[in-house]
Amino acid sequence: MLLVVVRELENCPHFNAGRGSVLTTSGTVEMEACIMDGNTKKCGAVSGLSTVVNAISLARLVMEKTSHIYLAFDGAEAFAREQGVATVDANHFITPENVERLEQAKEANRVQIDYTQPVKEDKPQETSSGKGDSHSGTVGCVAVDGSGNLAAATSTGGLVNKMVGRIGDTPIIGAGTYANSFCAVSATGKGESIMRATVARDVAALMEYKGLSLKEAAAYVVNNVPKGNVGLVAVSANGEVIMPFNTTGMFRACATEDGYSEIGIWPSETDCVLPDPTRN
Amino acid sequence: MGGWAIAVHGGAGVDPNLPAERQEEAKRVLSRCLLLGIAALRGGSAAVDVVEKVVRELETDPVFNSGRGSALTRQGTVEMEASIMDGRGRRCGAVSGLSTIKNPVSLARLVMEKSPHSYLAFDGAEDFAREQGVEVMDNSYFITEENVGMLKLAKEANSILFDYRIPVTGVETCSASAGSMVDNALQMNGLPISIYAPETVGCVVVDGNGWCAAATSTGGLMNKMMGRIGDSPLIGSGTYACDFCAVSCTGEGEAIIRSTLARDVAAVMEYKGLGLQEAVDYVIKNRLDEGQAGLIAVSRNGEVAHGFNTTGMFRACATEDGFMDVGIWE
Repeated sequence: MLLVVVRELENCPHFNAGRGSVLTTSGTVEMEACIMDGNTKKCGAVSGLSTVVNAISLARLVMEKTSHIYLAFDGAEAFAREQGVATVDANHFITPENVERLEQAKEANRVQIDYTQPVKEDKPQETSSGKGDSHSGTVGCVAVDGSGNLAAATSTGGLVNKMVGRIGDTPIIGAGTYANSFCAVSATGKGESIMRATVARDVAALMEYKGLSLKEAAAYVVNNVPKGNVGLVAVSANGEVIMPFNTTGMFRACATEDGYSEIGIWPSETDCVLPDPTRN
Repeated sequence: MGGWAIAVHGGAGVDPNLPAERQEEAKRVLSRCLLLGIAALRGGSAAVDVVEKVVRELETDPVFNSGRGSALTRQGTVEMEASIMDGRGRRCGAVSGLSTIKNPVSLARLVMEKSPHSYLAFDGAEDFAREQGVEVMDNSYFITEENVGMLKLAKEANSILFDYRIPVTGVETCSASAGSMVDNALQMNGLPISIYAPETVGCVVVDGNGWCAAATSTGGLMNKMMGRIGDSPLIGSGTYACDFCAVSCTGEGEAIIRSTLARDVAAVMEYKGLGLQEAVDYVIKNRLDEGQAGLIAVSRNGEVAHGFNTTGMFRACATEDGFMDVGIWE
């Protein structure tokens, strides 16, 4: 189920995953994805993909068909070919919108950050342009089935104007993606902040070790990440679902078996209006 | 309460039949690196500087599986990875897929300090290294004759043990269950213990000011697929440091990743209120499922601890009040 949802999101150019992925500083696409099954804690992850149509499906194949968890770059591409998954020319993923976003980011970056200079300690590093959305658009999905089995999946093109070879939080178990018998979590935002805060694992760890509810655990974690840096979706084994964030907004939607559903972008927005699919 | 402490490791999962002279050699290298760290701590160095310095030394020595002496991929190449984390501000840096960088841990440190990112891999990491002017070596520098022989043995053993093109049955992805197919010899990660190259290296330090830091470096798993990333570069899995403690893990990478082992030592201290050794024992017992691994840890209070469920772990530790220990077995 998760796989179907994330594949669909990857194929939609409006989100930063699969087609529509943001570009590296060299104008190339390097996609990454991760999937984890809470019941068995089996997981699979991929990074540095440039031709694989559905990164999330390759992550699943790494989980199921290799003795490893995580394959990256050329080795991951070679494995994709061996497994016969759909691949396309790297240009397929590059949209005109993202070429423009890269240009804007480069112009802004020239002013904002020069990474050859040491960055001051304890000061959040600003790598995004003032556009506000340049590190968003990662897609993720969490689910709990009727028997209480949990799973999480996340897929992304990464950060606009990222350095070639940069790995974010998405493919890292415990950072961008995590599932166990308590909950399933998929995070999005500033990868570097999410990684150091081990966001996804910490939501689960607070439930497991401190006895917090899903809602309390997620609020605790989101509050401890610098403002503007993180959002997440999470479900618990008993069907609770939450979508907290400390950014200005987060594209999100959820539904539960008892008929509740919510689709939103801004804080506490509960109207069920989808973002206009024709909007560029 | 307080004072500095340091621990180093050279991998978990040691062949019980390892010749005595090899055991002595490993202990000698561990002691030398430990003393280097102790001297730096006595000189007032910060934890993050000490872990980098000690891991560099371990990388440079071919005895352990990192830097020179790294394990080989299926294609006979070297793909090294490393990470470093400073508990102060939880800053971190990581690298994977390095084939020419003499000291991966120092590149991880540069990623932390000189790039806007936390993790760079493969060609991008190599480009960054050149941009930063770090020392590079020809790939052949890292490949030792002994490891070429080990790879050959691993390939022979692996053709019996598992074929990754065939779906693994059951819940285990790290094929420990496939072990029943060969005699009941000891195994790590599906490899007979005599071939398994356990010697990932790591160092954890709390300095005189109570700041913690951790670093881990490895060549990865012998006969690994090209592009395979293990636990060592993953923050929260192989390496973690925060206000409470610093942790460096080693062993079956996939088991360590699934259990977010390093973060969990800190998490049970932070969220469950356990002490350092209790936390280490808890995660080794409860978090590894059927996986095999070991870890070293220090707390901000100047305590040092280790734990493992493997046959042995190369490790050494010392604290400011004069305690010092170098060991391999239980």
